[in-house]
Amino acid sequence: MTELIRLSAAALAQKLASREISAVEATQAHLDRIAHVDGGDDGVHAFLHVNTDEALAVAAGVDKARANSEELHALAGVPIAVKDLIVTKGQPTTAGSKILEGWHSPYDATVIRRLRAAGMPILGKTNLDEFAMGSSTEHSAYGPTRNPWDLDRIPGGSGGGSAAAVAAFEAPLALGTDTGGSIRQPGAVTGTVGVKPTYGGVSRYGAIAMASSLDQIGPVSRTVLDSALLHEVIGGHDPNDSTSLTDPLGALVEAARLGNVEGMRIGVIKELQGEGYQAGVLTRFQESLELLRGAGAEIVEVSCPNFEYALGAYYLIMPSEASSNLAKYDGVRFGLRVVPDGAPTIERVMGATRAAGFGDEVKRRIILGTYALSAGYYAAYYGSAQKVRTLIQRDFDNAFKQADVLISPTAPTTAFKLGEKLNDPLAMYLNDVATIPANMAGVPGLSLPGGLADEDGLPVGIQLLAPARQDARLYRVGAVLESLLEASWGGPLLDRAPALRPDVLGSNGAADRVETSTAGGTN
Amino acid sequence: MAEINREDVAHLARLAHIDMSAEELDRMTGELAVIVDSIKRVSEVAGDDIPTTSHPIPLSNVYREDVVGETLTNEEALSGAPDNADGRFKVPAILDGE
Repeated sequence: MTELIRLSAAALAQKLASREISAVEATQAHLDRIAHVDGGDDGVHAFLHVNTDEALAVAAGVDKARANSEELHALAGVPIAVKDLIVTKGQPTTAGSKILEGWHSPYDATVIRRLRAAGMPILGKTNLDEFAMGSSTEHSAYGPTRNPWDLDRIPGGSGGGSAAAVAAFEAPLALGTDTGGSIRQPGAVTGTVGVKPTYGGVSRYGAIAMASSLDQIGPVSRTVLDSALLHEVIGGHDPNDSTSLTDPLGALVEAARLGNVEGMRIGVIKELQGEGYQAGVLTRFQESLELLRGAGAEIVEVSCPNFEYALGAYYLIMPSEASSNLAKYDGVRFGLRVVPDGAPTIERVMGATRAAGFGDEVKRRIILGTYALSAGYYAAYYGSAQKVRTLIQRDFDNAFKQADVLISPTAPTTAFKLGEKLNDPLAMYLNDVATIPANMAGVPGLSLPGGLADEDGLPVGIQLLAPARQDARLYRVGAVLESLLEASWGGPLLDRAPALRPDVLGSNGAADRVETSTAGGTN
Repeated sequence: MAEINREDVAHLARLAHIDMSAEELDRMTGELAVIVDSIKRVSEVAGDDIPTTSHPIPLSNVYREDVVGETLTNEEALSGAPDNADGRFKVPAILDGE
């Protein structure tokens, strides 16, 4: 079974189609892996809820359909993990918050409906910073996720659970959401692949909103091709999301299989390197540029002078939208209600409920957003930030006149220690300095592993950015760079990750299962 | 731009319906002051001639056909609420002293 869990989604799909393995076997292997490595004090803790019964039932249904020679989706029977910000019928959805503890959505997100239609068993819901606010998954109300490369380090955030699940071979695929880098930065620090599609390219219906003009659902995987396969399952127009694009997605899988960058112009963003970037990150980044040059790409330098204002503008726009979106958690329609002593009014119930239900980072952002939107400050803060957004878009427009795809490190550093930046919000925010511009402009971005930093032996992420609606270019360039890098390493980067709990692996794994926790209560 | 002080934070917390202890207000004021200070540079480049952007990809109004679609049942809509009665959300008193 160890071999099974290390397969890519594409390879797993092939073995399923050829009936070499069954969907139940594939799903059970991943459930066993979750039971083996996820729980306990030093477990990965990628999952908040494990969806054992439903996942096995869906897998059995796929096996039956295949036995009857029914037509199946290419990924039918390939299991997947889902970030617990995306609502699912039949499982709890917490958003990593106490305010939604035990809450069950009465409907499925559009992306979940599409996974179900494709026959993909959902393994469970993955951990995240509360309401996706954070860069380390330490702001989850249910405890942090640990980085499979070093269990004392952060897996990135907010989607640290999805990235760690994929890196720890607990799932071949996962869904994430990316508001300022929450898919790409966890991908970078866990040595996995993550994609933020063009804004509107994947429906947000059923993704619990943080900042609606920035949020986007996207794929998390171990290979570029696997992300393209998943992107084609979840993407495309949805009338339930009024910001959903009607344009066709483009041939993403084909682009990932094409593998050719000859004559493509790849722009190095001058402002996203240098000061603040770890030496080992920059060394691996330069190597990737050389590999692309060697494959026939033209490497050019582009300047995006307004990117230095992106972080500030983001920390005005995102909290402003979040403060409005989170007003709905009022102790009336969802989850928690805290009733103070006496005969309190609804107003006092709201104040007590939100005080008890929200964590510090969520409170900080709600207060910041309320401040930025308040009379007297609106023009200076929110208005200015919206103008910076225009300037960032203009920077991208100019850069894409000189280059087909842009490239930068995904994150300025490798994974830091758990707790290291928890009491310094500003230091935490700087993790997203290279990923935020894409959200501000709505353009797509992909992060793939670029190797290990010399100083700490931890994964480095390479980010590719393309113009809006040109997601296919990310897969085309990403697949080429991935194959060149893997050739230089002699195999996938994750082959070099330490084995988790090797003492019991392979001998009596099933007997040593550790109970996994379930944030949403029993299901 | 103005500094953010403890009184501001207390007022904002009331507006946002989040009860805060004195200790929490002190800590939050310190943290927010640092954050506000670091982001106020955005106004440096936000000239009068620059249009604002509220949405990354411009779309015109999106409408659907005015026909009954798939909707939640009453039970489904109430299923996540802390309290309900007679098919409605039940809330504590709206006004004091009644």
